[in-house]
Parts: sequence; structure tokens; C-alpha cells
Amino acid sequence: MAIISATGLGYQYEGYGEVWALKDINLSINEGEFVAVLGPNGSGKSTLAKQINALLTPTEGEMLLDGLSTADPLNHWRIRQRAGMVFQNPDNQIVATTVEEDVAFGPENLGFPAAEIRKRVDGALSLVGMSAYKLHASHLLSGGQKQRVAIAGVIAMRPLCLVLDEPTALLDPRGRREVMEIISRLNRMEAITVIHITHFMEEALAASRVLVLDQGRIVLDGNPRQVFQQHCELRALGLDVPAVAELVLELRAAGQDLPPDVMTVDELVAKLCS
Amino acid sequence: MFKSITIGQFLPGESLLHRLDPRAKFIALILFIGTVFVVQTFFGYLLLGIVLFGLLIVSQLPLRYFFRGLRPVFYITLFTLIVHFFMTKGGEIILRFGPLTVESDGVYLGTFMALRIIFLVICTSILTLTTSPIALADGLEYLMRPLTKIGVPSHEIAMMMTIALRFIPTLMEESEKITKAQLARGADFESGNIFRRAKSMVPLLVPLFVSVFRRADDLAIAMEARCYRGGKGRTRLRELLATPLDYFAVLLSALFLIAVAWSQV
Repeated sequence: MAIISATGLGYQYEGYGEVWALKDINLSINEGEFVAVLGPNGSGKSTLAKQINALLTPTEGEMLLDGLSTADPLNHWRIRQRAGMVFQNPDNQIVATTVEEDVAFGPENLGFPAAEIRKRVDGALSLVGMSAYKLHASHLLSGGQKQRVAIAGVIAMRPLCLVLDEPTALLDPRGRREVMEIISRLNRMEAITVIHITHFMEEALAASRVLVLDQGRIVLDGNPRQVFQQHCELRALGLDVPAVAELVLELRAAGQDLPPDVMTVDELVAKLCS
Repeated sequence: MFKSITIGQFLPGESLLHRLDPRAKFIALILFIGTVFVVQTFFGYLLLGIVLFGLLIVSQLPLRYFFRGLRPVFYITLFTLIVHFFMTKGGEIILRFGPLTVESDGVYLGTFMALRIIFLVICTSILTLTTSPIALADGLEYLMRPLTKIGVPSHEIAMMMTIALRFIPTLMEESEKITKAQLARGADFESGNIFRRAKSMVPLLVPLFVSVFRRADDLAIAMEARCYRGGKGRTRLRELLATPLDYFAVLLSALFLIAVAWSQV
């Protein structure tokens, strides 16, 4: 069943004239999918993310989340509980001074009794592996840890889907790995639908589906293997392909007999050594 | 340079004072402030001093740390003292510096006022040092709740306090970063007179303000995405729980105030 469905979605920011930040978006994302969204700066990635949880509402067309239209203000709180959002800068989304108080912020807003909040906070923290830091001061954590706390804060609201707007952009490689592991695990184990906006092609490989946006339109849509074979289209948009895919391209050009859809180091090793 | 800000400093601990309900502590503080103002004699201050010293011992706060924190207040007090010495007239003349005289009423009143300031700060410090900022904000929100009827936004005030406290370390880090960046560009924060130095703060403050506004914007969106819609219908992870001990603490503080006012010490 489609959890996110957009039909003819278009969006214009006020005061930017006739420029469409999003235009003619027709999109259907099923429960349990792991979708990576790629695109150059200003292609509408973040705008699309904000459309999903009703922080922005369509100028034209329609966006449905779990059957609820984002155009109706009465639906907004139910939509935001169902579609949790994690932002780029970990410092600017942590509200409270201690880890557990911050994770509790969402459930507190939803008005649950204290015992239920406690249960959800402990559960969410153990899912992201931060239980040991429950009483720590939030500003003393590393970037990766802060993002994990932010994810826990969203998970504690028991959302159906998780929208991540470049959560790894400001992190060091280690923090990036931590966050990616958590996201993949939540998708696999908890069957949470994930929409992951990223600049890193390697991260998109973890997804089951890749969307590429350009100038507010979806230009490529498919599984990572299909999308990353479109070298020319991606280059024209100023995007890279994953390093291994690039290497495979070069090897094929040099006459090496390889299938075009090899994407990871392990696969490449297996093919080359067979 | 922002390290000297000690507002809201809290020393975690397990003492009796740490465990009291923030609301009880807040009411007790107000009663103690009342007591400071009704004291009329130096003997009264001695009595109050003994009680506060007893509370300090109970709180298990490190005394040296506690009194070092009072040092900035000491200068304000000294200023009050000097102004009173020279400006308040009456009684016998004790000292004479050319046209200036120090008279006995001035000495009396100056010392009295100085003690009053010191005791007020001691009372408040005991509260802030033994209560976590979050608990303090929660307690304040609860106590101000009756005022919402006359339009005081009690929840919003408490939320603002919490967020301000949350961002103090972040902004301190940021101001250090900007200072270094401006130093690398040849900025000079050290030399010159006070006006030059104040002016040299501009390249630090402008980027800091810009970043604060950006952060505020981001935070507002993030809070909205997490279903924040004000205090209505919001519950708390930690609910405030008043025990008989809390009532007892408030009762004792009230009795002390009444006793001091009654006996006119």
C-alpha cells in the first residue's frame, strides 16, 4: 500500500516569482521502502521532504500521507506524527539539555502519560544504541551521536516513515557510518519507510530505490543499479556515480568483460577473480 | 570571555536540598527574600546568617566554590558601601576628607544595605546551585500557571528559559570559533581603550547574531516537525511530585519569616 502519494504536485515559494521549486511530481512510495533522493543544490530535495510532513503544503496538485491530505491544516499534527523528520544540523534540532529530555519532547507534545513517555524514550534510545547516554548533556555529544539522538526523538513518536534531510552532511566519516547503520537497521528490523536525502552516492546504494531530482522534477527513478548506470545523465546534472561504478565504467571501456551493474567493492572483487 | 557567566549554574548532588521539589524551593526562596527585607537589626542578620550557613552545610555544596562565585557581587556591594559612606548624612562625623565627610548614619545604613545584597545573593545561589535548570523552569511554569488567566504566557516563558539554557554552551562554542576566525583575519580584540575595544567586538557580534537567527529558524521548524504546538495538551516525562518534606520545608521558611517579622530583630 502506498504510504506517500503525490499527484501533479507543484510548489512555488512566496516572493520568488514564477519559479517552481517542485513541478509535476507524481510519486508513490510503498510501506517499507528505503528511498534515497539525490539531486544538485536547489533541485527541490528539501522542499519535497517538507511537503511530505506538511511543513509546506502544495501550491497545486495533492500530497497524501497515509491517506491524509497535507492541504488540510486539521491533518497536520497527525501527519507529522506519522512522518518524522530529521534535519541536517544536529545542533539546531535538539531542544533539551539532556538526551532523554530531548527524546521525550515529541511524545510530550502528543500528550502521552508519563509512564508511556518513559517506555517510548527508553525503547527509542536502545534502538539507536544511545541508552548509556540517557542522562548526558546533549551538547557534549559528537555529531553522529547527536543525529542518533535526533533520530530517537522521532522514533519515540512511533512514525510510519522517517524523512531525513541530509542528516549526514555535517558529520565526519565515522558519524556518517553510525547514522547510516541505524537508518538501515530501522528500515529492515522495524519496517519503517525511509526517505533519505543525501549528497553521498555511496549512501544511496543502501537504498532500495533512488530518485533523482533536477529543477523541481523527478528525472530518474529506479533501483540503485538502474539509476547508477545512467552515467551520462548523472554527470550532466553535476552528480557523481559511486566510485566502484565509475571504475567498472572505465574497465569496460578498456575492454574488460564486466556486467554494467556492479556497484560494490565485494561484487567487483568477486567478478574480477572468478 | 563568556566563561564568567555563571547564571543557572548547577552542581548535581544527592543532598536533601537537591531532592526537594523545585516548587517548594522556589516558594522558600521567596519567603527567605521576604525575611531578608524584614530584618531590622544586625542581630537579625546574624540569625539569618546562621540559618543560611546551616542550609549550606545541608546542601553539601563545596564552600570555597560557593564563596568564590560570590566575588563579582562583592564589588557591587563595595560600591554601595562607599556611596553610602559619603552620601548619607546624619549622626556624628567620623572622618573628614576635605569637603567630604563620613557620618555615622551613612556607615550604619551602608553596612546594612551591603549585608542585604549579600544575603539576597546567597539565598538565590543556594537555589540555583542545587536545582537543575530544567527542574527550575518546570517549577516556575507550574507556579505561574494561575497567572495565565490574566494573560501571562507561563508555558512560553518556561520554554524560552529551557531553550536559552540549552543554547548557552552552543553559542559559547560558536563565539569562540568566530573569535578565532576574526583573529586569523587580523582582528584585534585586545589593544586600545575601552571604546576601541567595544568597537572591535562588532565583527564578533554581527556574525554571532546572524547565526543565532538562523539557528532559531531551524529550531522552530524542527520543533514544529515534532508536533510542538504550545503548552496545551502537553505532558511531561518527569512529573513534579510534592512530598510531605516539601510542605514541611515551605512551612519552616514561612514560620521563620513570621518569627523574624514578629520579633523585629
